[in-house]
Parts: sequence; C-alpha cells; structure tokens
Amino acid sequence: MPLSDRGAQIAGLYQEMILDHYRRPRNKGVLENADASVTMKNPLCGDEIVLHVAFDGETIRDLSFSGRGCSISQASASMMTQLIKGKTTAEIDLLRARFREMVMGGAAADDASSLGSLRSLSGVSKFPARVKCALLAWNALGTALDERPA
Amino acid sequence: MSRRADFPLLVRNPDLHYLDSAATSQKPAFVLDAMREFYETSYANPHRGAYALSVAATDQYDLARSRVAQFVGLGDRDCLVFTRGTTEAINLVATAWGRRNVAAGDEIVITALEHHANFVPWQQLAAQQGAALRICELTQDGRLDLDCLRSLLSLRTRVLAFSHVSNALGTINPVAEIVALVRDVSDALIVCDGAQGVPHLPVGFDELGVDFYAFSGHKMCGPMGIGGLLGKREILEQMPPYQMGGDMIEFVHDETTTWNELPHKFEAGTPNAAGAVGLAAAAEYLDSIGMENVLRHEQQLVSDAYTRLSQVEEVRIYGPTPRERSGVISFTLGDVHPHDLATILDGDGVCIRAGNHCAQPLMRRLDVSATARASFYVYNDESDTDALIEGIMKAKAMFGHAAV
Repeated sequence: MPLSDRGAQIAGLYQEMILDHYRRPRNKGVLENADASVTMKNPLCGDEIVLHVAFDGETIRDLSFSGRGCSISQASASMMTQLIKGKTTAEIDLLRARFREMVMGGAAADDASSLGSLRSLSGVSKFPARVKCALLAWNALGTALDERPA
Repeated sequence: MSRRADFPLLVRNPDLHYLDSAATSQKPAFVLDAMREFYETSYANPHRGAYALSVAATDQYDLARSRVAQFVGLGDRDCLVFTRGTTEAINLVATAWGRRNVAAGDEIVITALEHHANFVPWQQLAAQQGAALRICELTQDGRLDLDCLRSLLSLRTRVLAFSHVSNALGTINPVAEIVALVRDVSDALIVCDGAQGVPHLPVGFDELGVDFYAFSGHKMCGPMGIGGLLGKREILEQMPPYQMGGDMIEFVHDETTTWNELPHKFEAGTPNAAGAVGLAAAAEYLDSIGMENVLRHEQQLVSDAYTRLSQVEEVRIYGPTPRERSGVISFTLGDVHPHDLATILDGDGVCIRAGNHCAQPLMRRLDVSATARASFYVYNDESDTDALIEGIMKAKAMFGHAAV
C-alpha cells in the first residue's frame, strides 16, 4: 500500500472525537454500589480496563470504567458508557453485535447509526492490530452481563 | 556504512524505515540466495540416504555447523546444537539439564531484565522441582545491580540465567564480571541468553566462561526457525536428550534405546538444513562487515538518537547511557500511548515496536505498561532517525495537550 494511503487511514483513525474522549474520558472512575466490576486485560500491550456496572432489573442503570490504555481503548470505553447507560440487556446485545461488526469491517458506519459517536471508531477496521483495543471495554461489558445478578 | 542496498525488501520499499530489528532483522540477498542454492542443488534429507544427493545435503548441513561455530567462537563445533531459536535452546537446558540437576532447596537466580523466554522456563522449573527463584534487581538506569546479584549467590545457587544484551533496553551486561561473581561462590550452571548478543556484537563462546549460550538466526540476518545452543562438551554429554525421535538415537531395542553422539543427541527429527545453510550465510555476511563495525555503527546511531530524543519535550528514555547499550532505545512520549505512537509512525513508514517487549517483569519495575522501542541494525542510517523524530513530533501535535 502506498504510504500516502496509509497516512490517510491514520488520519481517519485518530478523529477529533476519539482524541477528545481520550483527553477527557466520560464516566471514568469507580462506581459506588456497582453490582459487578469486571477486569479485562490485553496482554499484548498491558492495557487494563475495569468496568463497573449497576443493574436495575434488565436495565443497566449506571456504569463507569477505570484503568489505563491507548486512545482507542479509552475512547471506546468512554463512548460506550455514554451509549449504554439506561439501556436494557436486549438493546445492549444488539449494540454490542453492531459495534463488533463495525470494527471488524463487516458493516459500513452508515449501517451503524445507532452507535452514535462510536461510529468515529469505524476506522479501526483498517488496523487489525488495534481491533482488540476497541473491543476491550465491550468484552468487559459482555462478561458483566453474563455475571449480572439473577 | 548502511548496507541497505544488500536487503531486497528495503530496496523494494525505499520509503520504509525499519526500526524493529530487535524483534527480527531483514534478510540480505546473500542469505536468500544461499538458501535457494541449497534447495536447487543439494536438497535431500541429511543423514538418511546412501545416495549422492543426500550426502551433499549432509555436507552442506555439516559445513553450516562449522561456519556458525566459527562465527560464535566455538572451537568444538559438535557443541553447537541447532534449535528453532533461542526459546527452544533455553527450554532445552531448563528441561534436560534442569529436571535432572535441580532439587528441592536449590536456588535459581535470574534477572529482572529477562525476556519471557529466559524467565518463564526457570520460574516453572523452580516450581516443578521445589527450588526457589531469585531475581536480581536493576539499577535506576536499567543495568544489573551487581551488589544485588552478589547478595543472591550462594552455595545453594544451582543456576544463573541472564541475558547478554537486554532486548527491551539494550543494556549490555558485563559477562566476564558476572561469571567471576558466580564462580567465586558456587558451581552453578551459567546460562546466557544471547538472542540480542550474537547479532550485534562480537561473541567468542570459548572465552566467555558461561556454560550455555543461546541465540536465534532470524535476528542476525538469517531465516526464522533456526538458532543454536552452545554448550560445554562435558555438560552436554552428561545431559539426557530433550526430544526423542529419528537421528538422535543409536540403537532402538524393544525396551531401551541408546543415544547418538553430539550434536545429534539433541537434534531429534529431520533437521532444518536449509535454515542452517541460511544461518551460515548470515554469519558469513556479518563477518564480511566485521562485528566490531556492526557494533560501532549501531552505537553511533543509538547515541545520535539518544541525544535527539532527549531534546524532545515529554520524551522519557529508559535504560543506560548509549555507551552501555547496543542499538536499542526504549522510550515513552508523555501521555501518548506507545501503541498510538507506533500506529502514527506506521503512517510514515516507520516501523517501531510498542508493548511490553516480552518483558512484563521489567515493565512492572519501570512502572509502565508499555514502551515504544526503536532498534537499529546494519541497514539503518541517520535518515531513519530523522523519520522517527519527525513522526514523534507529528504524534505530539496530534495528541496535543492530552491529559489522561
């Protein structure tokens, strides 16, 4: 691939939205009274995210994240917490599948309108080495749902 | 003295700045041609057939062993065991020697600088045998703390395993001094991980004083999948085999088997003869440059990069001064995550490594989850450092006042 194309892809990856969430992460910190706290690590880079989730029946009432990582993993976690708050588990399952499809390059960002600001992460699909970073928080969310109190 | 023109991949990609030779080196045409020549003129299974072609393959394989042994300063060439690489060589020693010779109450000493390949095999051996694992800590600037090492060594020390050169920081360890410290207080087996040694500085095994020395071909211009273990004859002869199969046996009875002589005892199965031929060609190629010149070239580049990186605000460099390191420089840039930095540099064709460099114990001690690492070799020159610095400035601008 010519270098100029690669440069354009990189500009597409690091959109202002992502850098903004990296600089000023939303819902970052430990959540008081969380029902579940899930730690997810990426052994490749040592990144670590802890997702704190509070349920209200089938709905995620509140959630936050802590830990450290690259701009992609941090921005993904930050935007995810904004989108997921107040959603039901059924809605979340759908969003998780869409997001996964988008970063794996399976769906155009247009088809992912329900993902809101997270569409800014669609450029990740061009960087197979970074897909794991984008999915780190989402994998933690999946585990939290599996472990939610009955 | 950049040798870029000798490397077809770099010639085909004139804009590429390959700064990840500590992970693996590019290959000169000389090595690729030697392997092709072997496949086209002498290829058959060595040690097997009575026909001339198999004899030719055997001759090439033997010749490769002689050349590589000469390159690493090993007089007794049968004490070079070809392995898949450094990892297999260290596992061979930890398993074949370790299980027989390490017992409960013994101590194994390793260092905080080690690559996982020279850390985990010893950690697991200690756990299996009921021995204690001791870790030599580092000085502030990423060198082995020899006072700490001295305090760990005793009559109970059964093994000391350490790296010749750190893959993560580039630190060149004082082998002779370390060997003297050990021999002074114990008869411990001394195992040296030379994965970053042989490719970057002159190595003379017979003078080093260590009992075992492991290295990889692919980091020294040779192919992947071939490397070597150098050992002392009396120790190798007493060791049980590591893997069982063809070539490593002498007579196979229904109930028992006797072993072939060195080095075959440790080379079970069809050998990687083409790999050995490629590795021998790599040794010849590096010899034609001269390892002193390779080291000087790398130290010049790393010294220049060190100075220039030090001048970039928010860059933090890990490890010792350029005089005490080979061509490796590990650093971080403010709050820009090393993976983001590596991706941005990739956009300008600059290949660096980001991550823990297979050295998580070291990263914990540096209190970072990852660093960015640029590593130099014979084909690099100042233009690669220019591109590195330019990319770093670009990442700085992009991330601006990131405050995480």
